[in-house]
Formats: sequence, structure tokens, C-alpha cells
Amino acid sequence: MLVLDGLCAGYHGLQILHELDLRVDAGEIVALVGANGAGKTTTLRAVSGLIRSSSGSITFDGRRADGVRTAELVARGLVQVPEERALFGPLTVEENLRMGSWTQRRGGNEEAALAEVFDLFPILAERRRQAAETFSGGQQQMLAIGRALMARPKLLMLDEPSTGLSPKLTWAVLDAVRTIRDRGVAVLLVEQNAAQALRMADRAYVLESGSCALSGPGPELADDDRVRAAYLGL
Amino acid sequence: MTRPTTAHGAPAEDGGAVTAADPATDTPVAATGGRAWWRGAVGRTALVLLLAVLAVALAYWRSGSGVVVSQAVVTGILIGGVYGLVAMGLTLIFGVLDIVNFAHGAFLAVALYVTVEMTGRFGVHPYLALLVAVPVMFLLGAAVQRGILSFSIGQPLENQLLITLGLALLIDNLLLLVFGPNPRSVALPGDSGVEILGAVATVSRLLAFGVALVLAALLYLLLQRTRLGTAIRAVAANDTGAQLVGIDTRRIYMLTFAIGTACAGAAGVLVSPLVTIEPTTGELFNIIAFVVVVLGGMGNVVGALVGGLLIGLTEQLGALYLPGQSPLLAVFVVFVLVLFLRPQGLFGSKA
Ligand SMILES: Nc1ncnc2c1ncn2[C@@H]1O[C@H](COP(=O)(O)OP(=O)(O)OP(=O)(O)O)[C@@H](O)[C@H]1O
Ligand SMILES: [Mg+2]
Repeated sequence: MLVLDGLCAGYHGLQILHELDLRVDAGEIVALVGANGAGKTTTLRAVSGLIRSSSGSITFDGRRADGVRTAELVARGLVQVPEERALFGPLTVEENLRMGSWTQRRGGNEEAALAEVFDLFPILAERRRQAAETFSGGQQQMLAIGRALMARPKLLMLDEPSTGLSPKLTWAVLDAVRTIRDRGVAVLLVEQNAAQALRMADRAYVLESGSCALSGPGPELADDDRVRAAYLGL
Repeated sequence: MTRPTTAHGAPAEDGGAVTAADPATDTPVAATGGRAWWRGAVGRTALVLLLAVLAVALAYWRSGSGVVVSQAVVTGILIGGVYGLVAMGLTLIFGVLDIVNFAHGAFLAVALYVTVEMTGRFGVHPYLALLVAVPVMFLLGAAVQRGILSFSIGQPLENQLLITLGLALLIDNLLLLVFGPNPRSVALPGDSGVEILGAVATVSRLLAFGVALVLAALLYLLLQRTRLGTAIRAVAANDTGAQLVGIDTRRIYMLTFAIGTACAGAAGVLVSPLVTIEPTTGELFNIIAFVVVVLGGMGNVVGALVGGLLIGLTEQLGALYLPGQSPLLAVFVVFVLVLFLRPQGLFGSKA
């Protein structure tokens, strides 16, 4: 579904990603873990077309995805929930969600997508007229995921969805991620809380200074001594 | 303060048992903040209205003739509606593109000359010029944004200020070059006086006010009720978020600047029978619109309309209180007071 091949990218001539190879297949949850500053967010930015890659290639759904505008990628089903959530604060919950389907054809589709999101996160239905900026951290994360789902993604990329959430809420969000995968959406999950992410992932990559240090089945990496020492603090 | 403890000595859970996946336990802290803001806005509006009524009452009491004061109030509110429309365009551009457009008044001046030419050359009724001037200004705005301003996106604020300032000078001088320095005027055929509250308002002022309010309402509906308008507000709220839902933010920037410029254009046509038209006429409107935008809260479209009415009133009442001074003096006094007491404007939130 998503294939990164020798991807190099960075900011203003400062190269962050060095020949990164990564793959996400249909129906998979793939975790991407690594220390602060390893380049996880940069990877997602490059894939979403928010920054330009300098070399290597990105393929999504069998077609080239590098050098393609973000809007076009979203329309093709490659959707990201960024680290900072990037909600539309003064807009209502419902307006935020409806903007999520900007690239979709209008009509019954939008209502159906909305119903699905409300089914996944009932709190959003209850608070649909409330401004997004009045939401708590956990609710904002649900809204951010809900907004991304409104675009009918084939691949959903989540950048540290558990940041700032209580352990309880982290479970709720990760539970939702599993449900989303079961509904047929592939997931690329970036997490600081690597232990949980690795255990729920089908496969995982450990990123170190912009390239892949380790990869393999998620639970296997979670038990790997090197990973445990370096990232899980065990 | 000691918390009540259970038999085991652990702090009691306030809400009782909660299921692990219950998102409602994650309480929204800011929800009450939103309501408080709203209450604050209503309170401030009431306070400002009270001040305005007091100012009017004081003026009645001081002056021997009530007619003069009525005239000032009526004239002030009528022109204030037009100020509101100009400022709505300016504040919309600020809210979405994050630039203070110093060329806004210059665009208004272009519309003034479009009206002069259409009435002078083709004998068109001035207000019919709206049908030409508004689309022309829309396209001009789009071209200027795409051709000049889009290259400065992401650059430091000073660069953008210098660009719009330079643009204003350029337009002023182009107008001077093409139309010369002589003052021009536009006559409204069949303009006559109508009596309101003992004061006399010309039909042209009433029409300018009415059409400005209608356009302001249309702009509000566009922003609040349409998908495009929601996207414009989304870009204003969070640029990255807008990109990530697939909104072509460059297109929204262009459209927003075009809509804002069209507001200035419409206002230009509406005031054309009321002002002496010179290449620099736009600068006065630029200053007033800027004050109104700050008063109403930068980026707040409704605040701009209310602010426009207030500044119109201030200008006219100021002329009563401070006879012989420039009417702008009172406007600046209000401006400085606002900056001092409430720099985020009447309806702005802390930013
Ligand atoms: N906009 C930017 N301009 C310049 N450098 C940046 C920018 N954003 C990130 N960097 C740098 O790129 C490197 C990788 O950052 P990135 O945000 O991708 O890390 P990350 O793995 O997501 O870390 P974290 O776990 O803290 O979110 C860091 O050294 C960071 O300083
Ligand atoms: Mg990051």
C-alpha cells in the first residue's frame, strides 16, 4: 500500500531522513518508534507532501506519491493526524468533521461517514455543536482522528496519538485504532509510548537518526533486548 | 485542605467508578471558558452601548439644539455601516492570510475611479457601477495576491508590511498618473433629503448604508453557512490542519484576498457620491478601517461591522465635542483608549 524506498528528506538543506525504507501493507498496523528527534514526524510530513523529499521514492497504492500535493494525496486516501492535532479551534465539532470530507464527493457519503465516526466516538455526537478549542486533550485527539476518517482513508497515519493522555485514555484511543484497522484501513502508528504501540502492531520499525535501525513483527521487537534497553527504558 | 479518604486511606474518587474506555471522565476544562468569554462579550457590548448612549445624551445636554446632535448620530451611523464593510474585508484578509493589508484603502480608491469613469463616460447610475466594480476588484485582488503576495507567504511580518505599503504607494501614484490630481465627484441623480429623527439624511447615504449592510450580511452568510466559507474559516484557524484535510490553501488565500478587496471595492462605489475623489482619498479609509479592525478584534468579521458603526458615530460626535478639529482626532482618541484598555479589541479573545 505504502512503500518508501531510500527516502531522503529534511528542512532547508538540513537532511534528517537518510535512505529510509519502509512498507505498510493493506490491513496492517505498522508502528514507527524511535527516540525524540529520530525523524518520525519528518517521515510523516514527507509522506503527506508537507515537505519535499530530496531523493528516493514514495509509492502509495501503486502510484508515485512524492512531489504530489497534499490535497491530491488526501483525495487518494492517504491521510494524516499530525502530532499537534491541527484542529480548527473556533469551528464546531461537526464543522471540523465535515471539513474532513473536503476532498470527497458531496452527498450521502458524507452523512454515512459522519455516522460511522459518531459510532466510533459517541462523545463527538453529543458535543457536535461545541467549539473544538473547548475540548480536552483526549476529546481533541478523538476529534482529530474522526476528522481524518471523514476523508475515507485507505491508510491512516497517526503521529503520537497518546501524547498528553492519561493511560486510560491512551487505551481508549489505541482501541479505536484497532477498530479502524478492523474496518479495513491500514494504519501507520508513530508512538513515544513504544511498548503499547509495538504490542498492537503487526510489524514495526525502529528509527534511529533518520534511518531504519531495526524492523520486524511488533511483539517480537517489544521483547527485543536492544529495543527494551534503548526505547522502553526497561 | 484535607481530602476525604476511603477506609483504605486512598483519596476518594470524586466521580465514583468509571469504565476504562469512558472518554467523558476526561473533563473539558475550557468549555466553561468559552461560555465565560461569551458572557464577557455581551457585557462589553452592553458597556460600549451604554457609553455611546451617554456620549449622545451628553451631546444633547451640552448643545442647545437637538437637531445638530440628531444629525451627527444619523450621519455617523449611516457612514459607519460603510466603514464596517471596508473593515470586514480588511479583517477577513488579516484573519486568513495573517497580513495587514495597507493597500486596502488604495483598492477602495480604484473603485472610486471606476465609478467616476462609468458615470462620467457612460452616464451609468453610480450604484449600477457595483455590478462592474465588484467583479473587477475581486479579480484585481486575486491577481495581486497570486502575482505578488503569494511569494511572501511564510516570510517575516515586516516584509509583508513593506510589500502592501509599497503596493499602496504604487496604486496611489498610478491613479495620479492616469487621472491627474484634480478632485472629481460623482453625483447621484435624483438625490434628495429624507427626514429621520429630526435630522436629514440624503438618499445616497441611506442607500450606501443599506447596501453595505446587505453585503455585510451576505459575507457573513458566506462564511458561516457555505462549505467554502467554512473552509476559509478553517484555513484561518489552522493552516496545516486545512492542508491535511485536502484544502488547497493557496486557492483559499487567493479567494479570501479577492473577497476582501471586493468589499473595499463595493464600499468605494457606495461612498463615491459622498466624498471628494482624489488619488489619496483611499488613505483616509485605510486609517479608519485599520482602527475599526483593531477595535472589533483582529480577524473578527462581526466585530468589524460593530466597530464600523461605533467609529462612524465617534467621528461625527467628535466633531461636535471638538469643533474645529479634524474628525479623525476623536477616532484616534478612541483608538488609543482601546489599545490601552483592551488591545485585543472588543470581541477579540486573548491572543
Ligand atoms: N521545521 C523544522 N525545521 C528544522 N528542523 C526541524 C524541523 N522540524 C524538525 N526538525 C528537526 O528534525 C529532526 C527530526 O525531528 P522530528 O520532529 O521528525 O522527530 P520525531 O522523531 O518526530 O521526534 P519526537 O518524538 O520528539 O516527536 C530534529 O532534529 C528536529 O530538530
Ligand atoms: Mg514527532
